[in-house]
Amino acid sequence: MIEARGLSKRFHDKKRGEIRAVDNVSFRCEPGRIYGLLGANGAGKTTTLRILATILEPTDGTALVCGHDVVEQPEKVRANVGFLSTATALYPRLTAQELVEYFGRLNRLDEATLKKRIDDIFSRLDMNGFRDRRCDKLSTGMKQKTSIARTLVHDPPVMIFDEPTLGLDIMTARTITTFIRECRDRGKTVIFSTHIMSEVEKLCDVIGIIHDGKLLTEGTLAHLRERYAEQDLEEIFVKIVAPLQARTDA
Amino acid sequence: MARNAIGIVYRKEFTEWVRDRRTLISTVLVPLFFFPIIMVGFTALAVVMVGKAKEETPKIMILGGEDSPQVLSGLRKVKSLEIAPYRANWKEQISEKEIRAAVEIPPGFQAALENGEAKIVKIYYYEGEMKSSFGVDRIEKFLKDYRDQVVKERLAAKSVPTSVLTPFEIRQENVAPPEKVSGATVGGFIGYMVVLLCMTGAMYPAIELTAGEKERGTMETILSSPISRMNLVLGKFLLVLSAALATAALSVMSMGISFLLLRRFNMSSGRGDAAALLLQLGPKAVASIFLMALPMAVLFSAVLMTIALFAKSHKEAQSYLTPMTFLVVIPAVASLLPGVELTPKLALIPILNTSLVCKEIMTGTYHWNSIAWIFGSTCVYAAVALFVAFKTFQRESVLFRS
Repeated sequence: MIEARGLSKRFHDKKRGEIRAVDNVSFRCEPGRIYGLLGANGAGKTTTLRILATILEPTDGTALVCGHDVVEQPEKVRANVGFLSTATALYPRLTAQELVEYFGRLNRLDEATLKKRIDDIFSRLDMNGFRDRRCDKLSTGMKQKTSIARTLVHDPPVMIFDEPTLGLDIMTARTITTFIRECRDRGKTVIFSTHIMSEVEKLCDVIGIIHDGKLLTEGTLAHLRERYAEQDLEEIFVKIVAPLQARTDA
Repeated sequence: MARNAIGIVYRKEFTEWVRDRRTLISTVLVPLFFFPIIMVGFTALAVVMVGKAKEETPKIMILGGEDSPQVLSGLRKVKSLEIAPYRANWKEQISEKEIRAAVEIPPGFQAALENGEAKIVKIYYYEGEMKSSFGVDRIEKFLKDYRDQVVKERLAAKSVPTSVLTPFEIRQENVAPPEKVSGATVGGFIGYMVVLLCMTGAMYPAIELTAGEKERGTMETILSSPISRMNLVLGKFLLVLSAALATAALSVMSMGISFLLLRRFNMSSGRGDAAALLLQLGPKAVASIFLMALPMAVLFSAVLMTIALFAKSHKEAQSYLTPMTFLVVIPAVASLLPGVELTPKLALIPILNTSLVCKEIMTGTYHWNSIAWIFGSTCVYAAVALFVAFKTFQRESVLFRS
């Protein structure tokens, strides 16, 4: 379970002054459901997810992840979270197995459990053929599988995906979307950010539209279609964001 | 658990470190082979070059002297000199190294000698050119012997004993043991090299583990794991420190071997100054230098990591850290200057103090008060630097600078 309560994050930029990257954002993500955070580039998706993963600290507000406060108990939060984004790269000089072992140990798994987990995950993701190959020698698909194994090794109840398919080819992206679905089917709480409408339509149970740091609306796809009298998600998105964008540009 | 987490990070960083070819070069190969190549290689080369130059019979030219046949025939009889026929362009010939020197016998030289008048004999040469100076040495030796002979004849003619010229003798005698003499000569250089290599050993891993991690995109990966930032910094810091100490240890070891080889080379080549290289690199000196290098290595590791963390890429980090090399080299070089000795004030200046104390240790001098003072002050600087490194790792604006 994730519960964001009035999350805000302000940055100071020398040229632009104070920037409100996230502005009083509140939402809930339930176990066994995928929450899709939809927004354009710079909308505040990554900052929100980084706060939930405790990589960044909120300026105001807080969030509870599995009952742990992101400000007060960041290490406990991280122990319950699997975080994956296109920016979360792999250590080039470690093998796929060594990398997953490293993160398993950081998550305080004992050696016997770690070995069992790794064998299980590597078989499930069909990774045994390259488990002893160094990460800098892996193909993009193999790297993504290794990243998935890294996020799964401690079997976290919450999964955070920040634009995980960005820049990936169709087959590798498919591996990721299948994996996200599997996480939901296993009862995990999943939050997922993207600006690709088709991914949201296919995957998400609840959609939150974020723009300029503010959560503008949220609901199931059916609710949004009904509320905005549009079938196409892209049209719904434009209907919500365009007036605000025009005001900002003016 | 904290110790375990630090150990996990350290082991992982160590694994990556030993698999990096660049590490092997900067931490192992450079300190291991730098000294033998520089010291033994260059000394051997210099000995060979000097030997060859000495074997050569310098070709010289005599200017004038037609009315002084005694000097001319004496010069022509010197076996270690080859006399070239006179040419008007003798200056050019010296510059072009066709002849090594020229000696000018003034007109009426012999007659002036007989009349007791003083004349000046000039030797023309190429300054800084070794073979030219060997030619000058041989001409000078002939002329001095000739002058001594003239003096003896004059004294004998007046029945005065030659001892009147030397009423007493002066002799210098060194009382310092040869180890201390050589320590004072090259000890400062060892301190300088330990300081410099300690820093170069720490530099590459400090960049790799901070800016390198940001550039590769693994910073976000590691920050999403449950390890605390303090443990993460400590794990990384210990690896950088290990690299700095490994470089320092290998360089000290390599220096010891180099001096040993050099001494053997000198002895086998029959050079008389072998004792000058009798360096005190016994276990006590090595342990003391290593002990003094320890807080300095902590200081370097923490400072380099902190600075490199501000950079977004390897290249940017290198541009930040290159000026650091000058900051380190200046006090280290200052310790080599003649007359710079360890004083209570200088004992507080980081790097300079360690270089100076290493110099003292090399001469076999152990001022325990100064050693304790330097060790303590460097430890304080190192602790402050480490604290700043921790604080920097907490700053989002540094970790996610874009």
